[in-house]
Amino acid sequence: MGFLEVEAVSHQYAGTDAQVLNEVSLTIQENEFFTLLGPSGCGKTTMLRILAGFEVPSRGRVTLDGQDILRIPPWRRPVNTVFQSYALFPHLTILRNVTFGLKMRGVAKADRHGAARRALDLVRLDGFADRMPSDLSGGQQQRVALARALACQPRLLLLDEPLSALDYKLRKEMQGELKRIQRETGTSFVFVTHDQEEALAMSDRIAVMRQGTLEQVGNPSDIYDRPSSDFVAEFIGDSNLLNAAPDSQGRLCLPGGRALGIRGDAPARVMIRPEALRIAPDGNLSGQVTDLVYSGAATRFLVALDGGEETVQIQQTSTEAAGISMGDKVCLAYDPQQLWVVAP
Amino acid sequence: MYVYLYIPLLILIVFSFNGGRMATIWEGFSLRWYAEVMQSDQFRAATVNSLVVASCAAFLATTLATLAALGFRGRPIRGQGMMVPFLSFPLVIPEIVTAVATLIFFISIGVPLGMVGLIAAHTVFCIPFAFITIKARMDVMDDTLEQAANDLYADPRRTFFSVTLPLLWPAILAGFILAFIVSLDDFVISLFLAGPSSTTLPIYMFGMMRLGVTPAVNAVSTILLVMSVLFVLIAAWINRMQRK
Amino acid sequence: MSTAASVAGRRRAGLAAPAILCIAFFMGGPMCIMVFVSLVERAPDGGVIWGNFTTDAYKQFLFEENLLGETTLNADYLRIYLRSALLAGFTVLATLIVGFPTAMYIAMQHPRRRALLIFFLSLPFWVNLLVRNYAWLLLLRANGLLDQAAMALRLTSEPLNILYSNTAIAIGLTYSFLPLMVLPIYAAMEKFDFSLVEAAFDLGASRWQALMHVIVPGVKGGIVAGCLLVFIPGLGSYVTPVLLGGSKSLMIGNLIETQFAAARNWPFGAALAFVLLMMVMAAALLRAALLRKSRRAKSSNP
Repeated sequence: MGFLEVEAVSHQYAGTDAQVLNEVSLTIQENEFFTLLGPSGCGKTTMLRILAGFEVPSRGRVTLDGQDILRIPPWRRPVNTVFQSYALFPHLTILRNVTFGLKMRGVAKADRHGAARRALDLVRLDGFADRMPSDLSGGQQQRVALARALACQPRLLLLDEPLSALDYKLRKEMQGELKRIQRETGTSFVFVTHDQEEALAMSDRIAVMRQGTLEQVGNPSDIYDRPSSDFVAEFIGDSNLLNAAPDSQGRLCLPGGRALGIRGDAPARVMIRPEALRIAPDGNLSGQVTDLVYSGAATRFLVALDGGEETVQIQQTSTEAAGISMGDKVCLAYDPQQLWVVAP
Repeated sequence: MYVYLYIPLLILIVFSFNGGRMATIWEGFSLRWYAEVMQSDQFRAATVNSLVVASCAAFLATTLATLAALGFRGRPIRGQGMMVPFLSFPLVIPEIVTAVATLIFFISIGVPLGMVGLIAAHTVFCIPFAFITIKARMDVMDDTLEQAANDLYADPRRTFFSVTLPLLWPAILAGFILAFIVSLDDFVISLFLAGPSSTTLPIYMFGMMRLGVTPAVNAVSTILLVMSVLFVLIAAWINRMQRK
Repeated sequence: MSTAASVAGRRRAGLAAPAILCIAFFMGGPMCIMVFVSLVERAPDGGVIWGNFTTDAYKQFLFEENLLGETTLNADYLRIYLRSALLAGFTVLATLIVGFPTAMYIAMQHPRRRALLIFFLSLPFWVNLLVRNYAWLLLLRANGLLDQAAMALRLTSEPLNILYSNTAIAIGLTYSFLPLMVLPIYAAMEKFDFSLVEAAFDLGASRWQALMHVIVPGVKGGIVAGCLLVFIPGLGSYVTPVLLGGSKSLMIGNLIETQFAAARNWPFGAALAFVLLMMVMAAALLRAALLRKSRRAKSSNP
């Protein structure tokens, strides 16, 4: 039995027909960095709000350490949240923000302050205790929100797109920080994001959600290399999805008749990532370059395959790509092991 | 434009310091009219009445408006779409209509003309001012702050007293001051509802104006003007503080 | 779940109830009784005889009995209502002409400066209406400051005699209600995207064309709101005509007041107030209709 069990949770908001969550079941382990990933409106934030206690699901059960928590109001749950907008109390100093939860739980003042110092140390904001939230930059406010939640030593920490308001560089830096803090504190994190890159970089496991249902749960390489559906394949990174059908010898072939090099017994969707294709004279596939986008370290091509309507994206380092231009005939090579048959 | 707005008032202020007997012929600087006005028992009684009515009405109106604004927080409740504009209803009725209707109403249900009725009537037309001020603040207030407090082990009661109320407090104070000024400034409704014993400052001033244009009227007008401006400045200052 | 939500809803409705009930009782009650009183007979001692229903008060508004006992049309009261409506209408026009460019000027300033300008625009509005009108009394009266200035500049050799006339009332009303016109127009302009004007210039519109075809339609809601906000208190004004209009230029407000103070004719006073209320409501409904029309126009061309 897992640490946090979500069993067949369904939810619709009062007075609406739309099913926000549909029979979602999840198991989260202790000390795990778990990410809920999906486009906006997929139900990931609703799930987080149910775990925090701000929503009560229409149906289903949620247990933490074997205890049913759905009947426990948010102010008694051993769960804390880092809000997307940070939600720092603007009328309180940083110290009083960080000690707020402990004060409400009746922790003695000296202990409160000790815990707050440790939490601020952890997020590298010692020395900011007496400032007001409005004196801090966005990144610093984000750290305070984290310290405030961690000071309460929750069993489970919920993070609602905490990095979305930060600029690119700071976001990268905070990804590393969050991962470090999660390891150091040994707390289970449930992290909500729509940024697949962020999810892949930080998570132990990822749950990909779509329209209120779970599409796939797995570790980052499961999700990236072995997506269970077209949706996951396309949502996570760039991908080429090719229609293939078996020939008389059980080899999967493209509509034009060219064999892909793997076997199968039914028509299938075959995925290959752009970086798994390379331009080589002895390539298995051939086609014509129809578009080319240079983006620094890499160059992307669109290649229209001969003998069919399929167009694939390929990515090459820019040195490999040198000398190839629009309209060139090229051959594409790949390792058949990098092909993945998406469940039909 | 601004010259046009301020010149008449500035001239009024200047001539309130006129030493002569004529309201509009300058004869040198003097505070004698202020001294004369201040010594008048009627003036003092009217000032006390005005302040009592304004304080009571502003307090009641702000309390009711704060409760109402809190009721409209979060997901809309049934009928809210009609209730919110209804609270501004007193603003769209011409004052003279409100005044005569309330007069008839009070007399037919047996409310004597005087302080109590005056405070009740003032409370009603002060509610919209307090409500609009407080509601505006509440609408921009981030309700995740209250969720954050819940999340950090504060039950609803402690959330209200440690987060909601401190954040709302400046708006409540500003609403109170606006209600206070509006009550202090009211003339038409007070004229109909004030009995002989509850003359307010504007009514007293109107009585003086009817008798003739004198430097003493200039002085009373200036006193009333300065009071209003002072309170508006305080309200504006509070508003600035809360935005910081 | 749904019961918990409805309990919370009821509790929050309970918070709003005192304010709602207070207004319903102290505004609704008086309005109902006023309508009732306008429909009963006047008592000789100045009160009313409850239960004796009559439409005399409304008849008195339009007709009078001459010495022969015949009923003839009496236009005196209508004339006062017409004058009030004209004065209020003129005030709307004057505040619009002064207020529109002011609002536009403020809206095109830097945000910090805007807040300051708006503050100083609304500051006089908080000053007692009596005081503001009294200040004009000082300026306008015979041998008052305006006369003194005009004579000093040799523009005129004798007093202008503006006070106690419709002109004086119009000046007073315009001065009193100008901020009520500027503020809603400014609020609309603040949201207006001025790059649309540049786009209009870019497409060859003249300044006048850009104003009439781009800016005015864009801030129409604010203009309508401003007109209504000026018209309502203008129509029902009491202080300005009393101080600046004298006994010759009565407005509705003074007429109503007389029925309660001097004439002690409650039913007639209530009827006069009710007619005024209906005029105001008609103006408010007109605005609602205009808003609905423009909203429909907007939704029909995407």
